[in-house]
Amino acid sequence: MSHPLEGFIRALRASDVPVSVREATEAYRALEAVGYADRQFLKDALGIVMAKTHDEKLVFEACFDLYFARAELADSAAAQAARRQAQGEAAESLADMLLAGDRAALAQAMEAAGAAVGVQEIRFFTQRGYFTRRMLDAMGLREMEERIQQLRQAGEVGSTGQADALERGRAYLLGEARAYVERQHEIFARPASARLREEFLERTRLSALDERDYARMHNLVRRMAKRLAAKHSLHKKRRRRGQLDVRRTLRRNMGRDAIPFEVIWRMRKIDRPSVVAICDVSRSVAAAARFLLLFLHSLNELLRDMRAFAFSDSLIEVTEVLDEQGIDDAVRTVMRDIGYRSTDYGQALADFQAGYLEIIDRKTTVIVLGDGRSNHTEPRADILETIYRRAKRVIWLNPEPKTFWGTGDSEMPRFRPYCHLATQCATVKDLERVLDELLTVSA
Amino acid sequence: MMGSRREKFSSIDGIQAGLGSVDYIATRQIATALFLASNLQKPVLVEGPAGVGKTELARAAAQWLELPLIRLQCYEGLDESKALYEWKYGKQLLYTQLLKEKLADVMQGAKGMRQSMERLRGFGDAFFAEDFLEPRPLLKALRQDGGAVLLIDEIDKSDEEFEAFLLEILSDYQVSIPELGTIRAKVPPLVFLTSNNTREMGDALKRRCLHLYIPFPDAGLEERIVEARVPGVAQRLKRQLVAFVQGLRGQELKKQPSVSETIDWARTMLLLHAGELEPQLVRDTLNVLLKFEEDIEATLPKVRELTLRSAEAAGHGVHVASA
Repeated sequence: MSHPLEGFIRALRASDVPVSVREATEAYRALEAVGYADRQFLKDALGIVMAKTHDEKLVFEACFDLYFARAELADSAAAQAARRQAQGEAAESLADMLLAGDRAALAQAMEAAGAAVGVQEIRFFTQRGYFTRRMLDAMGLREMEERIQQLRQAGEVGSTGQADALERGRAYLLGEARAYVERQHEIFARPASARLREEFLERTRLSALDERDYARMHNLVRRMAKRLAAKHSLHKKRRRRGQLDVRRTLRRNMGRDAIPFEVIWRMRKIDRPSVVAICDVSRSVAAAARFLLLFLHSLNELLRDMRAFAFSDSLIEVTEVLDEQGIDDAVRTVMRDIGYRSTDYGQALADFQAGYLEIIDRKTTVIVLGDGRSNHTEPRADILETIYRRAKRVIWLNPEPKTFWGTGDSEMPRFRPYCHLATQCATVKDLERVLDELLTVSA
Repeated sequence: MMGSRREKFSSIDGIQAGLGSVDYIATRQIATALFLASNLQKPVLVEGPAGVGKTELARAAAQWLELPLIRLQCYEGLDESKALYEWKYGKQLLYTQLLKEKLADVMQGAKGMRQSMERLRGFGDAFFAEDFLEPRPLLKALRQDGGAVLLIDEIDKSDEEFEAFLLEILSDYQVSIPELGTIRAKVPPLVFLTSNNTREMGDALKRRCLHLYIPFPDAGLEERIVEARVPGVAQRLKRQLVAFVQGLRGQELKKQPSVSETIDWARTMLLLHAGELEPQLVRDTLNVLLKFEEDIEATLPKVRELTLRSAEAAGHGVHVASA
């Protein structure tokens, strides 16, 4: 029988707690030092060794409670089995166990059967019935059903009573087996299927998503932003040292007769990327707008120097809204204030120029999220040109495919010359890719 | 020494009692972390909100175990020379100057460059001996014969290069100095790293340590902590204080009051000879609990209500004379 810790570590890994080989070894050593006697002690100890961030600790707690739920039963079952073997009795049949009401032996038999059919490999909710049936077969359900038949056919007084008892036992067993398989699914499969759903979401066009996916999208987008932040270390970083800084070296070593014991190098500082994000929330991009705002919110949490603007037929700054309110409230507020109206790029850009042009300097990156459709109003591409000349980079992220640019009221061809990068950005994966490139270059 | 140390770490209750004897109230989780740290010989990364007792834990552990506490405060740009060891350049230079005459003696009779170099070779090591070595905290910790408690404070303030450098030391508890050879710790120190989570720590270091998270305490625990640290406070006042702070933590604040603030507040009450909490008293001393002006402003209107509620929670009615 495999070590209980082995299955538990596998369950943890399935739930996105990356227990490394080293940590697994330490967990075994910790187990030796701690023992099984005190459940809370064991839980604390294993948590300290295997869960290394706050999120992981929460997942660990849930997983531990779920996995070691049957620990007590299994322990006593193991003890009883050991005793029985010591007394030289043969292994009981399923019927005997049920008649005797030997729950401990039943639990042990169930575990053994589960391991034999590989119930921990369960992946989908729909597999429950299959695994339940196979497990019961491994436990010997068929023989028991035959015995019930025989007893009924025998027709004696005692045997009918026995048959009834066995039927009740059978019903109980079915219930327990189903519950057991569901628990295994809960531990091992649910995280995997959740991951599958998320991967699907990542690749779906933003405009095709609906309300139900909103919460999940939030997590996805938040994680993406975090990944990017971690990858590009979005705060001041000192790069590899440059040339010798003669003046400071001499200064520092005056006390030593100007002999350069301590060498000072010129350090090239990388400034925090300062980002200005302008997001279209008008009717034409209504579906995608909410998700774009979601993204903006997550990015705002990570970038300290970001200022965010939203526009439909006029432009307002939404940085404070994103800062102060939670994500749902922020999106609702922004959409209420400025969303869903008809688009007017010209007015929006004019508002920006009037109120905020001075925040753009040669270190700023400007990201525009929108479809470029201006309802046949004057798009004021000249203002975009001004921005383009002032800023470090201008990036336009358009939810439409490039073939649609320039069709109908799309003013993309006029905006395009004033963008360092104009690309389609319809799914979360696209967003991530573009931002990754953007941050790599600016670093 | 090792034997008695092993005894000290043999049970959670023992560890809790030991820390309690130096006035540090440890939860079972904290005691478990220490238990594992000693038995598995791994460093402990302690995380949690500011002021909750992370640095205190190292201090208390050192006091209880009667080991020296060696502290390394991290900051961005901290490098090997400030953390591990440095040569005493000034002293070296001074000695060379003073021994200039001696140098002439040694060189006497040597003809040409090569002979001079050979004469000098034997003496080269004299200037890179123990005398001229300035050990910094990490080296000091490794060289303590009886073991030590090494506290690496605010590791999240240092940069990635330093983390990579630490990895090596924390896994083998040894360091190699080119001129002196490898220095291995006779008794591996008990290492605590604290972090305020201002940045994401590197995975390698994080996973090499045991991870302990110390959250804000619940009411019962906080009362015991106040009792241990501020012995003179009356029972009723203590309960009120703690209930008030617990209530305050439920509010929307820029920075929630931490355990150290509760302790300071209790001391303040003691100094002011206060018998129980009254709204005016609370308003006057609110700046001990809250460190941001906006938090104080947001809380002032709620003081009366919070005081009343804390009085109820403490189990006594409070006569509110005037608002």
